[in-house]
Amino acid sequence: MLETSNVNGQFFTGNVRLVHAVGMHARPAVKLTKLAKKFEAQISVRVAGAADWINAKSVAKIMAMRAAHGSIIEIKAFGGDAEAAVTALVDLIATDFPDGTA
Amino acid sequence: MRDSASGLAYRGRTASIGFAQGPFVRVDAGANGERVAGTLVDEALALRSAIDTASRQIAELAAIAGGEAAQILEFQVALLDDEDLISAILASIGEGEAADAAWRAALDEQIADYNSAPDEYLKARSSDLADLRDRVLNILRGGEGHALRIPSGAVVCADDLPPSRFLEIDWSGGGGLALLHGSPTSHVAMLARARGIPMVVQLGAVPAAGATALLDGEGATLELDPSVEQIGLFEKRREMHRKSRASARAILRRPAASWRGERIKLLINIQRVEDLDYPDAQYADGVGLMRTEFLLSERGLPDEETQFQVYDQVLRWADRRPVTIRTFDAGGDKPVPGFTSDGEANPFLGVRGLRLCLAKPEIFAVQLRALARAAVRGNLKVMLPMVTSADELEAARKLFAEIVQGLQAKGTAAMLPELGIMVEVPAAALSIASFKSAFFSIGSNDLAQYVLACDRSNGALAPMMDPLHPAVIELITRTAEHGRRAGIPVSLCGDMASDPRCIPALLDCGLRELSVNVSALAQIKQTIDRLGGGGGT
Repeated sequence: MLETSNVNGQFFTGNVRLVHAVGMHARPAVKLTKLAKKFEAQISVRVAGAADWINAKSVAKIMAMRAAHGSIIEIKAFGGDAEAAVTALVDLIATDFPDGTA
Repeated sequence: MRDSASGLAYRGRTASIGFAQGPFVRVDAGANGERVAGTLVDEALALRSAIDTASRQIAELAAIAGGEAAQILEFQVALLDDEDLISAILASIGEGEAADAAWRAALDEQIADYNSAPDEYLKARSSDLADLRDRVLNILRGGEGHALRIPSGAVVCADDLPPSRFLEIDWSGGGGLALLHGSPTSHVAMLARARGIPMVVQLGAVPAAGATALLDGEGATLELDPSVEQIGLFEKRREMHRKSRASARAILRRPAASWRGERIKLLINIQRVEDLDYPDAQYADGVGLMRTEFLLSERGLPDEETQFQVYDQVLRWADRRPVTIRTFDAGGDKPVPGFTSDGEANPFLGVRGLRLCLAKPEIFAVQLRALARAAVRGNLKVMLPMVTSADELEAARKLFAEIVQGLQAKGTAAMLPELGIMVEVPAAALSIASFKSAFFSIGSNDLAQYVLACDRSNGALAPMMDPLHPAVIELITRTAEHGRRAGIPVSLCGDMASDPRCIPALLDCGLRELSVNVSALAQIKQTIDRLGGGGGT
């Protein structure tokens, strides 16, 4: 679940299963974008296999992604703190958006 | 208009129960004039400034409201802080659009997208977006968003009411909410239930005029300018509701139900973890049936970790109280793609329940692993559904024991929980002594359908589907008697346990443990108490 791999220089990627009971709805989306904004890196996410990557810092786009419970979320980041960003986001999703984060 | 409204009643859907009688106030979106576009820079600055003002207002509301409401408002603040969204609007302004028109177009697009979602949750969120849209529009058009002036105790009527408007209204003097559209699953409905404000949605067309109104959150009716008779009937219904709630809730807080000096354990049936949020749940003696099929209803089969987290959450909630989790009961009227068999001529008599799990051990093993790990975290009991013969119980036990050994060998904390069966196949009820089961739980819905040979999903047979039929009662009695003799706990978790009319018969059968729907807990406890107080049947 917490697979973080260095693909190509400064790109970092990770996959994580969305365990939140109702999927990526308002509360988890707010927590995810708040956390993403703490990083300088460009961060994109998508539901595994989807065509488009979307900006992890846009709550409107995260909501529009409509990720369902149980789906795999792919994360990729580019930039100085990309590795830390991927680790933090994977952890947030894997631990089901605990209160007090972000 | 006024005359046509007088004395008329409108029916909608219940979103929050309760009764309200008061002035009728129609609330509609403010109709300030549109902005005249200034220079590109003026418009961009106006938008930025309106967004800042709206953010501040919402943050203040959230601070006052707290809890659930604050979390709803946090989503609106996050949207105002969404650079992708805002930069698209600034781009339209750059093309010469006025700030208000550009803002509205962007938000309307989002709202339409949410409304087109197949998902009820997202549809319900569209009113949050409309709320945000109107707040910023109002500021851009010079309204500064002053609070709605609503008299205390009013029946507020609107097309739909956004959560922030709900929070701006002073509900301390009571009142109610009547929406022409809206949804019982919306945020505002959640807020109304939390505040105990009666709310009816989907009333359709209601005249704009009317001086006073009666809102009945139970019957889901709105009556405008009611006659003396209407008021009399309304007050009677309100009084009945008040009395029954008050006495049922008072009984709920007492430590335990008893009947003829014997303790009656009342547990609850849950479908999903969220059911435990219902305030009455805390008074239950435990969870008598946790269904796990909801884990299958989403896309794909749930992995071990997802399942473990769910089971662990329920065990943590229950603390030392028992939690009975039923393994996947798929098949019959609950098909699951990729799990149940297609094309059975008679699925109720087909490969369902434990039969299906034993036929698909790779899926069953994942659930048993999650349960074995959860067993060390609390008072867990595992229940197998649709068991016909003792061999099936032993096959499941063997598989479970191997899984526990495997986990322990790898150093994972795990144990074999108490293992029991549902009694729903007549053959199991008739050969009850052959099962080495730690407990029995009677599934009266299926037991009745099999004993009476009535498909329970066939409405034409409804009058014949009598759970109090002597044959059903006979099997329940035999199971309870066997439990009493052998010292094995027996409970009943079917719909009968939640039906006050069935309670006397179930107690007479010898049952001392019932598992009911959370919403029926107070009423069933009250029913038992009355039977006990009156010396039984």
